[in-house]
Amino acid sequence: MPSLGADMEFGTLLEWRVEPGDVVKRGDIVAVVDTSKAEIEVEVFEDGVIEELLVPAGTARVPVGTVLATLRGAATAAGAPAAAPPVPPSPAVQPTPVVSPPAVAAGVPSSPAAQPTPVVSPPAAPSEHRLHVSPVARRVAEQLGVDLATVAGSGPDGAITKADVERAAAAGGPPAPVPETASGQPTAAEPTMAPPPPTGHAAPGTPPAPAPPAPTAEAAERQAAMRQAIGALMARSKREIPHYYLQTQIDMSRAMAWLAEANVKRSVSERLLSSALLLRAVARAVAQTPAMNGFWVDGAFRAGDGVHLGVAVSLRGGGLIAPAIHDADGKSVDELMAALRDLVARARSGRLRGSEMSDPTITVTNLGEQGVDLVHGVIYAPQVALVGFGGIRERPWAADGMVGSRPSVYATLAADHRASDGHAGSRFLALIERQLQRPEEL
Amino acid sequence: MTEQELRDVLIGALTQVAPEIDPAQIDPAADLAEQLDIDSMDFLNVIVAVHERTGIEIPERDYGKLATLDDAVAYLASAQ
Repeated sequence: MPSLGADMEFGTLLEWRVEPGDVVKRGDIVAVVDTSKAEIEVEVFEDGVIEELLVPAGTARVPVGTVLATLRGAATAAGAPAAAPPVPPSPAVQPTPVVSPPAVAAGVPSSPAAQPTPVVSPPAAPSEHRLHVSPVARRVAEQLGVDLATVAGSGPDGAITKADVERAAAAGGPPAPVPETASGQPTAAEPTMAPPPPTGHAAPGTPPAPAPPAPTAEAAERQAAMRQAIGALMARSKREIPHYYLQTQIDMSRAMAWLAEANVKRSVSERLLSSALLLRAVARAVAQTPAMNGFWVDGAFRAGDGVHLGVAVSLRGGGLIAPAIHDADGKSVDELMAALRDLVARARSGRLRGSEMSDPTITVTNLGEQGVDLVHGVIYAPQVALVGFGGIRERPWAADGMVGSRPSVYATLAADHRASDGHAGSRFLALIERQLQRPEEL
Repeated sequence: MTEQELRDVLIGALTQVAPEIDPAQIDPAADLAEQLDIDSMDFLNVIVAVHERTGIEIPERDYGKLATLDDAVAYLASAQ
């Protein structure tokens, strides 16, 4: 069970998109997981053949880190298709969630006893195939006698943090290897949890059938679960992160004029929203300010492996979710607009990808639509910064000895004082401001 | 398209961005963004969906003329 967001502790396995024997490629959707915020499509991070599904569809409250299924490496599968490799007795005994593939893929292709690799790695970045453990976490694990292989990492890229180790020690061991059955869980009756059709798995990209409207009681329960998840993360953030806040008012007259002109020439489906310009400005500023882009883990800053902009999306009916636009600094305004449209639509219909949930390196929230002037955000731990925008509105603006009226926006920064200082933060906001004065270059 | 067909297209587009709304509950004379909690991204998606189904291109400067369901139907009827 991957960690699909820093606030996730459990997930409901809604459905399998694969069956034992199916050949999967890295990036294929293998399962759908409900995090209480949204239904997330879980990708596989390695090529191979699905060997066994260890957790049945419909199982509720599966702890993050639980092995959901096993995968045979491609080479082994080709060499011994009929042989049944040994099944790990339980995730607690064969727990390393991200087994290094070479042993399977390149090692002993003729051996039918090759170890199956768990399909779903915890929130590992696609390029990572090893267990992330910080030195501090390793030391604490030794002291407390915790087997790191049984600990679910909640840090970025599935990193096992000191807190994870302490939690595991407090819990007295690994998460229950045998998942509890769904009986009695109200969500178990949901039709989306029916086993996959016997014809096999849906092709990646096939639009899933829309879920029927949830009954009211279930909706209320989801709301409660979401509030709890958001509350837990935000409380942790406020408790642990020494936030500092900066704000600046940005003249948006050039940007808005550029936008209006650009949109006149565009067909409806290609039109831009001001949000896309703001995201572009932030992405470029982030690329030049590494101290804002990454994570605070175990007493040290770890830089992000790219600019993955988390975009806070409010969900209909309440709650919010902040999936990532990957490598946002390399995307044009048009590409960001397309990515934003796609992300918002999927966030609100509840169909996001696991990788989008697990690895934003900085988050942007835009609350201008509701009419507020500015937002002092709460950082999404373990990220170290959050950029907020209020509404773009006509406001008095003094320039060149005259007071006039211009569209403007308040940009705010909430940043982790452990990772940066106000000086770096104000330079960062100034960079955003500067980008927006030259919209034609964005 | 008849006004009723245009209304159906609009309601279809609105329920696409806001699946939980009950079309019967929409007040045709009240501000759509306000009563349905629709933001600019939702509104753009409605405009795009309407374009896909009717071929009508609504320029950005006219967005204000589609504030209510009745206004939007009237606008589309005159624009087609």
